[in-house]
Amino acid sequence: MNTRRQLGFYLLLAPLVLWLLLLIVIPHINLAMLSLQERVGVREYETSLANYMTFVEEPLYLTIFARTAIMSVLATILTLLIGFPVAYYIAKLARGRLRSVLFLLCLVPFWVSELVRTFGWMILLRETGVVSSFLQWTGIVSGPVELLYNDAAIMVGLVYTSMLFMVVPLVTTLDTLDDSVIEAGYDLGGKTSSILREIVIPHAMPGIVSGCIVVFMLSLGNYLTPIMLGGKDSLWFTELIYSQFIVRFNWELGAAFGFLLLFLSSVIVWVTLRLSGQTLEKTMG
Amino acid sequence: MPAPDLHCQNLSKVYDGVVAVDDISFEVPAGSFFSILGPSGCGKTTIMRMIAGFQEPTSGDIKIKGQSVLNVPPNQRPVNMVFQHLALFPMMNISDNIGYGLRRRGMGKARIKLKVEETLERMGLPGIEHRQVSELSGGQKQRVAIARCMVLEPSVLLLDEPLGALDLKLRDQMKVELKALQASFDTTFLYITHDQSEALVMSDAIVVMNKGRFEQVGTAEDLYHNPQTTFVAGFVGESNQWLGTITRHEGESVQLDTSSMSIRALASGGNLHQGAKAKVFVRPEAIRISKDAQDLAGSDNKLSGKVKQILFNGAASRLLVSPDQGGDIIEVNMPQAGVLSKWKPGDSAHVGWSADQGVAFVDTSN
Repeated sequence: MNTRRQLGFYLLLAPLVLWLLLLIVIPHINLAMLSLQERVGVREYETSLANYMTFVEEPLYLTIFARTAIMSVLATILTLLIGFPVAYYIAKLARGRLRSVLFLLCLVPFWVSELVRTFGWMILLRETGVVSSFLQWTGIVSGPVELLYNDAAIMVGLVYTSMLFMVVPLVTTLDTLDDSVIEAGYDLGGKTSSILREIVIPHAMPGIVSGCIVVFMLSLGNYLTPIMLGGKDSLWFTELIYSQFIVRFNWELGAAFGFLLLFLSSVIVWVTLRLSGQTLEKTMG
Repeated sequence: MPAPDLHCQNLSKVYDGVVAVDDISFEVPAGSFFSILGPSGCGKTTIMRMIAGFQEPTSGDIKIKGQSVLNVPPNQRPVNMVFQHLALFPMMNISDNIGYGLRRRGMGKARIKLKVEETLERMGLPGIEHRQVSELSGGQKQRVAIARCMVLEPSVLLLDEPLGALDLKLRDQMKVELKALQASFDTTFLYITHDQSEALVMSDAIVVMNKGRFEQVGTAEDLYHNPQTTFVAGFVGESNQWLGTITRHEGESVQLDTSSMSIRALASGGNLHQGAKAKVFVRPEAIRISKDAQDLAGSDNKLSGKVKQILFNGAASRLLVSPDQGGDIIEVNMPQAGVLSKWKPGDSAHVGWSADQGVAFVDTSN
């Protein structure tokens, strides 16, 4: 009986273990080894840190790396600023049907693929697009305007893509805040601003941090949105990795870049957790 | 004569066509402990939320110390509320919880610290400033919730069934403490509850509320001994109830026939007349019980029966007597003295009570 139960346990565990092992652990070990190899001749490799040195020595790589990080942090902050009032409205002010409808509206864009969604933005923002035509029709501008292929377009796309991942954890944590606690805040003389600062935000902190971590990771690792809305000059780090692997066939350098990105995101998440006084268990559990 | 601390005039609240509070007026004199007692859904919470400012009355006026507060937002009203589930701020420690209202008033840190310490001392909770809310016991949380309001020295403290979450022993203890606190702070308390023992023990004055209206206002003794309406007679305290038809009505006294017996009682109100359906209420402690019919010779209402069950509860023990001629079971206080206290189920018993211990009301239940 006992052995049968154990067998069942291992069988149920197997898919998870296989998933982790085959799709995450093994590829990462492989990439780690690859990133530490330097090509010295045709099919001749030596173990060295040369790939990482290339990254440090080339200013363009460093610039793109920093730019990607800063833009992602900015996109995360913007998503939080827009998402928080939305989540607060859904969790605390909307009632009954309206609440489910609003939640559904946040979800609807995710019924189509990211590619189609990004194309939607291109239709709006390109030179011959909806916004440009409208501005010409109203007479505000005399000729067609190109709204695509700049940082603002990338930012719009990133915020739009990640909104749901900010709103869901925020709604979940704000839901657990008892309405009478907010009322008690007013009853004891609090204004809306001080209640937000002393009661609502401290309570929502785990949701804010977990939403920020998810949105930041998604933005940092996003490939499609920066390329399509930012064009050739988007200078996104994932694009750099892609070109090393696919265009240049330099898998060694690509693998090193991949590890640098992993390192960067881990550091920023760690710093965010430290600064907000949260732990990974509290925000993700 | 100074204005009462709280004065509600013709207060009404209608939600989507449903009347929750129906034209209610009352005054709470300064320094008194005033309770609103009623079953859940009777509108008492709505009254309290209107006084606190969380709901707008449909019509009527609320005056605090003579000033109308109708257009004053909740954060500027001189009342504070202890919420049903206390609503302490779990993200703050105890001193920040209590100091919250003082910070909102822009008081300096040093003074806040002093006032918080002083209030905790008065509440009998010295030295817990730096604890977290989750580390406190139920009774301590209760007192912190009250301290958080009292530190602001409100004109009226509103308490919305704050003892509901406590266990029985602690609740009994808190009743006494609340009453003592109210006396020592000399603040007006408005207390709402569905628990009659809470209202009866603590209050200077009680109103009994039902279906959005006030049934009766009075002291605890008043409500218990001289109920004015059927609802109050049935809701406050425990009673044996009989439904029947009035066969005789002379001045103060009536005779009422139920399906199994005839009862003599006092008439309440003038709308009783011969042939009317009426209800008689008799308290269990007003009924005498004996093994010997001779002991009850002087009683106006007498019947004999068998003890069906004994509900032992110390001094509040009851005997359930099933009358020989049929009809409802009669609940009688168990006599506490001597051999009479040795009752067993199945014993023959004689019960009796005088006519002035029963009160008859016109039956409005249907």
